[in-house]
Amino acid sequence: MIELKGIRKQFGDHVVFDDIDLHLERGEIIVIVGPSGTGKSTLLRCINFLETPDAGHLTVGDLSLDATSATREQILALRRRTAFVFQNYALFANKTALQNIAEGMIVVDGIAKREAYARARKILERIGLADKADAYPAALSGGQQQRVGIGRAMAANAEVILFDEPTSSLDPQWVEEVLGLMKQLAAEHQTMIVVTHEMQFAREVADRVVFMDQGRIIEQGPPAKLFSHPEDERTQHFLRKILAANAG
Amino acid sequence: MHALDFDYMLGLVPILLGYLPLTLEMAAAGMACALILACLLAVIRVTRLPGLNAFALLFISFFRGTPLLVQLFLFYYGLPQVLTFLVAINGITATILGLTLHFSAYMAESIRAAIVGIDRSQTEAALSIGMTRAQLMRRIVLPQATRVATPTLMNYFIDMIKSTSLAFTLGVTELMGATQKEAAGSFLYFEAFLVVAVIYWIVVEALSWVQKWLEQRLNRAYQR
Repeated sequence: MIELKGIRKQFGDHVVFDDIDLHLERGEIIVIVGPSGTGKSTLLRCINFLETPDAGHLTVGDLSLDATSATREQILALRRRTAFVFQNYALFANKTALQNIAEGMIVVDGIAKREAYARARKILERIGLADKADAYPAALSGGQQQRVGIGRAMAANAEVILFDEPTSSLDPQWVEEVLGLMKQLAAEHQTMIVVTHEMQFAREVADRVVFMDQGRIIEQGPPAKLFSHPEDERTQHFLRKILAANAG
Repeated sequence: MHALDFDYMLGLVPILLGYLPLTLEMAAAGMACALILACLLAVIRVTRLPGLNAFALLFISFFRGTPLLVQLFLFYYGLPQVLTFLVAINGITATILGLTLHFSAYMAESIRAAIVGIDRSQTEAALSIGMTRAQLMRRIVLPQATRVATPTLMNYFIDMIKSTSLAFTLGVTELMGATQKEAAGSFLYFEAFLVVAVIYWIVVEALSWVQKWLEQRLNRAYQR
């Protein structure tokens, strides 16, 4: 179970969002949509303290912490319970695909190298890159790099995987293979929070779609309802615009 | 103008080569110490360690801002007058000390630039899987920074080998000092200094080969 309560983040005087509440059950898949610059990514980054929230309370699995009084140990524990997939993949350039996936298991979880590599190979098979085990990131396509990025997140055995616009940096020809892998994870009931502009993905995969605008959660619900009968005018406006853009 | 005395030159080679080890030892010791000091300074600068950062800035500024020869004279001739326990400092030690301090100032800035140049998203990725700052530095940042900094550091090492020749001004009979003595005995200055120039040149060329090989090895991970 994941719970955010009263999360606030500000940069200087600019309040990105204030008093955000969000609740996920284990196995639930949430897609956050909304205009650019409304704090979706920042919210995601607050969940694992890549950004330190200025106020609020976080619960991930058996770990509960307060934003203002979180200790170093609590933050490390929080990060071990979450995994993050970055827009620009952020693979370790000095490590092979296999090592990228095994790194956390070896360094953070203290699993023996041999065992970690064996598990990493299994993950490479699941992400369809068994033949790329020894390839360095520079030798992989964008789509392959992002799949390794997802593989690295899978290896963390986290309560929740956070996806920050995982397909936004990709050339169009690689988008499908990454979305395909995410659907595969969804089918296995991996808990995830996805920030994306891929409305088709949201419609197909999400248990719940959350619409954010200007630092607020405006509306949330099952995709069928939110996409077909959005209640708030801002949601309607956003969906009209983005669906028109996608059609064009 | 007289013809070059080749026999004299050939005879000089083995004599001068006998002093090459001392030259290389001073350079190697200087490089080892400078690397350690430079890494410390770079980490202080990158993390902006309170108090020490200002000291590091001052240190780097002074040792980059003054000639190596001045620094060597300061340590060898000047400092023992003020710090009397240093009276016993010999020319070799003073040279290694000077090379260390002088080159560490330059090297610290290269290492700092290499560390800062590592893509910030990799840092975030390492933190996101639960690594500590120390693990992140050791496993992700420093290995990549090493690769970036190596060509520059190797250049400094080459420069350092050549700079050991200044030790002769502190009375050390190393490669340059030995040549000076030989030349003064034979009056064949051109021959003697030509031989020593070629010896330095060959040593540096050999190191350039090592440098190329090392860079290729370090770049393996980054080729498409």
